[in-house]
Amino acid sequence: MGTLLIMIVFGLFFAAIFTGGYNNTLIQRARKTTAWDWLTSVDHKKIGVMYFMAGIFYFVVGGLEALFMRYQLLVPGNDAFVGRTFNELLTMHGTTMIFFAAMPLIFGLINVVMPLQIGARDVAFPFLNSLGFWLFFFGALLTNMGWIFGGAPDAGWTSYVQLALNEYSPGPGVDYYVLGLQIAGAGTTMSGINFLVTILNMRTKGMSLLRMPMFTWTSLITSVLIIFAMPPLTIALLLLMMDRLFGANFFDHVMGGSAVLWEHLFWIFGHPEVYIVVLPAFGIMSDIFSTFSKKKLFGYNSMVFATSLIGFLGFMVWVHHMFTVGLGPVSNSIFAIATMLIAIPTGIKVFNWLFTMWGGELTFPVAMKWAIGFIPTFVIGGMTGIMLAAPPADFQYQDSYFVVAHFHYVLIGGTVFALLAGAYYWWPKMFGKMLSERLGNWHFWLFFIGFHLTFFPQHFLGLFGMPRRVFTYEPNVGLEYINQVSTFGAILMGIGTIIFAWNMIQSFRSKKIAAADPWDGRSLEWATQTPVPFYNFAQLPEVRGVDAFWLEKQAGNKEMTPAEPLGKIHMPSGSHIPFLMSIALFVGGWGLIARSWQIGVMGLLAFGVTMFMRSFDRDHGFYVKPKELLDKEAKS
Amino acid sequence: MAHDSVEIKPGVHLETATFEGKNKVMGFWMFLGAETVLFACLFGTYLALRNQTVNGPSGADLFDPVLVAVATAILLFSSLTSVFAMMAMNKLDKKGMLFWLGVTVLLGLSFLVLEIYEFIHYIHEGHTFMSSAFGSSFYALVGTHGAHVTFGIIWISTIMYQAWKWGINTETAPKLFVSSLYWHFIDVVWVFIFTLVYLLGMVG
Repeated sequence: MGTLLIMIVFGLFFAAIFTGGYNNTLIQRARKTTAWDWLTSVDHKKIGVMYFMAGIFYFVVGGLEALFMRYQLLVPGNDAFVGRTFNELLTMHGTTMIFFAAMPLIFGLINVVMPLQIGARDVAFPFLNSLGFWLFFFGALLTNMGWIFGGAPDAGWTSYVQLALNEYSPGPGVDYYVLGLQIAGAGTTMSGINFLVTILNMRTKGMSLLRMPMFTWTSLITSVLIIFAMPPLTIALLLLMMDRLFGANFFDHVMGGSAVLWEHLFWIFGHPEVYIVVLPAFGIMSDIFSTFSKKKLFGYNSMVFATSLIGFLGFMVWVHHMFTVGLGPVSNSIFAIATMLIAIPTGIKVFNWLFTMWGGELTFPVAMKWAIGFIPTFVIGGMTGIMLAAPPADFQYQDSYFVVAHFHYVLIGGTVFALLAGAYYWWPKMFGKMLSERLGNWHFWLFFIGFHLTFFPQHFLGLFGMPRRVFTYEPNVGLEYINQVSTFGAILMGIGTIIFAWNMIQSFRSKKIAAADPWDGRSLEWATQTPVPFYNFAQLPEVRGVDAFWLEKQAGNKEMTPAEPLGKIHMPSGSHIPFLMSIALFVGGWGLIARSWQIGVMGLLAFGVTMFMRSFDRDHGFYVKPKELLDKEAKS
Repeated sequence: MAHDSVEIKPGVHLETATFEGKNKVMGFWMFLGAETVLFACLFGTYLALRNQTVNGPSGADLFDPVLVAVATAILLFSSLTSVFAMMAMNKLDKKGMLFWLGVTVLLGLSFLVLEIYEFIHYIHEGHTFMSSAFGSSFYALVGTHGAHVTFGIIWISTIMYQAWKWGINTETAPKLFVSSLYWHFIDVVWVFIFTLVYLLGMVG
C-alpha cells in the first residue's frame, strides 16, 4: 500500500514536469529566482563555487566526526561513542573526507580556474559538468542519509568483505555507502572526461601543452587517472550491491566467492585515488611557489614528466595495501619496489619547488605560508610511506596508528594544505572579494600546529601497539598521554577551521571588490576582470609562452593581446535536466536501500526518461555581446 | 567560431565539422576508455571465480558452441552494417543510412533474443545468478554486455528517429557517429567474451 502511494506521488510528479506544471505562473516565478539560476547553471565558475561550498560543508561534517572520535579516545575506557557508533564515525569520516570533501574541493578549484588558465569560455561539456555536480551532490546526500534513517555505514571506508556482507553488517548502513558512492562516482567519471577534453581541445591560440600552467597540467593527469580508476570502484560497488541486495556470491566464500577480489578491485581504484587528490595539490603548490617567488617554475618540463610518471606508477602499486594478505614474496617485492620508485618523481617535485624559491623575490601571504608548511609536512608523510613500502616492516605497522599518522600526513599535509592555499590564492577570482590576511594567519598557525600535535604523536601510538579503528584502549600501558596530546591538537585544528569559516563570512559580507590581479599573477586567470564576466574573455587571448600574463606584463603590456576580433560570443543555455536526472537516481537508489524494487525501478526509468528529455532538447545556446562591444557600439 | 555555418555536402565529415562535434567524439573515446577498464574488471572477476561452481554445472557442461557461434556471427555482422550506415551518412544518403541502421538494430535484437533464450536454458540447468560464484560472475559479465546491447538498441533507434525527422546535419551526425563507435565497442567486448568465457570454458 505504502509503495503504491509513493508510486502514485512519483507518477504525478513526473506528469507535472512533462505538462509544464499544474500552475504555470508559479513555474514562471520560480525561473526568475536566484536558486533556479544556480540550480540550472552550466557556467563552470558557478558549478565550481557550488562544488567548493559543498566540499567545505562536508569538510566540516567529516571534521566533527573526527573530533567525536578524538573525544572518545581522550581517556581510556571512555563511553561517549562506543561500538557501532564509533564504527559509523570512523567509516563516515574516511568516506566523507575522501569522496565528499577532498574531491569536490579539487573539482571546485579545477572548474573555476582551469578554463580561465587555458583561455577558454567554458568547459567542453557544460551540461555534463552540471550533471556531474548534481550526481555528486545527491550521492553525498544519500550516503549521509544513513545517519537519520537506519544507521550509517560502519564497515570502514574500505568496506572490506566479509565484514560488509549482510551476515556481518545487517541493516541498510553499507547499502547507503554502496549506492551513494555509486551515484557520486558516476558524476566523478563524467567530470574527469569533461576536464580532459576541455584541456585537450579548448586551449586558446598559442597555449600549447608545454605552455600550460602547472595546475592545468596536474588537472589533466588527474582527469586521466579518474577515467581509468573510477570504473574498478564502480564494479566493486556493483558486485557488493549484487551480493547484498540480490543474493549473488562474489564475496561469499561458502559459495566459492573471494574476499581478496574485493580488496584488489577496491585498491586498484583506491591507490590511484590517492594521486587523484594529491596531484592537483602539487599543481596548486607549483603555481603558488612560482607566483610568490616572482620566478618561473624551476624545472617546468621535469615537473610535467614527474607528474605523468606519478600518474603512471600510481596504477602499479595497489598491492602495497595488501602486503599482509599473503599474496607471496614475489608480488610483495614487485609492488614494494614500484612503490618506492614513486619517491623519485616526488623528490624531483620537492627539489623543483625548493629551487623555485631559491634566489626568488619571496613574499609570504597566507597562501604562500600554507605552501611552505606543506613541504616539510609532506616530506615526513613521504618518508613514513617509504617505511610502509617495505613488506617485512609493514607487517608490524599494518592496521596500527602508524598507518593513520602516515596517510594523514600526506592527505592533510598534501591535499588539505594545498586546497586551503588554493582557497586563499584564488578566492578573489572565485568570489570577487579578498580573504582577510590577519584571520588567515591565525587560521594557518592554529591549523598547522594543531595538525602536527594531532598526528605526529600518532606515529608513536602505532609503534607502541595501538590498533586503528578501535574505540578504546587499556589504562597504564603508556597510551594516555599521547592520546591526550593528539586530541588537544585536533581541537586546535577545529578552532582554526572556525576562524576560516569566520573569515569566509566576513569576506562575503564585505563590499570591497578585489583587484583583478591582486598577487601580480603569472597565468591567464589573472588577466580576466574581477568579478569574472560569465563569458570569461571578451576576446580570447593569444599566448606567447609559459606564464603568459607575466610575459605580457614584462613586455610592458597591461593586457593580453587578443587572438580574435571583438564579436558576438556563443554561450550554452542553462538546464534543469541534470538536477532532475540526479533526483531520479537519488530516489531510485534510496528505493533499493529500502529494499523496494518498485521504487528502485521507477527511479531508473525516470532517469531513462530524463535522458530522452536531454536527447530531444534542441537548445543550442545563445549569443551575447560582451560589455566591451556594447560600449564601442554606444560610442559610435 | 563554434557555430560557423558548415557547408553540408557529401564527403564533409559532419560529425567533426563543428567544435561541439569534435569535443563529443573525443569525449566519447575517453568514455570508451573508461568502459574498457569497467569490462576488464568484470573479466578479471570472471576469470578469478570461473572454477568456483560449487557442485553446479561447469562451463564445459553448459556451453553450446553452435548457439554462441551464431550469436557471434550476428553481432559481428551488425558491426559491418553499422559501417555501411556511416558510409551512407558521409554521402548524405539518409535513406541508405536509415536502412543500414535498421538492419543493425534488427541484428542486435536477434542477438538479444538468442542471449535471453540461452540464459533461460541455463537457468533450467541449475546455473543461476545465485547458484555459485561462477554463476554470479558469468551473469555479471555477460549480463552487463547484454545490458549494453539493449541500451545501444534503444539509443540507435532514438537517433534514427531524430535523423529521419531532422535530417543528417551537424547536430545529428556526431550522435550517429558516436553511437556507431559504441556499437563497435560492444562487438569487440563480445569477441573477448566469446574467447575467454565460451571457448576457454569449453576446454575446461
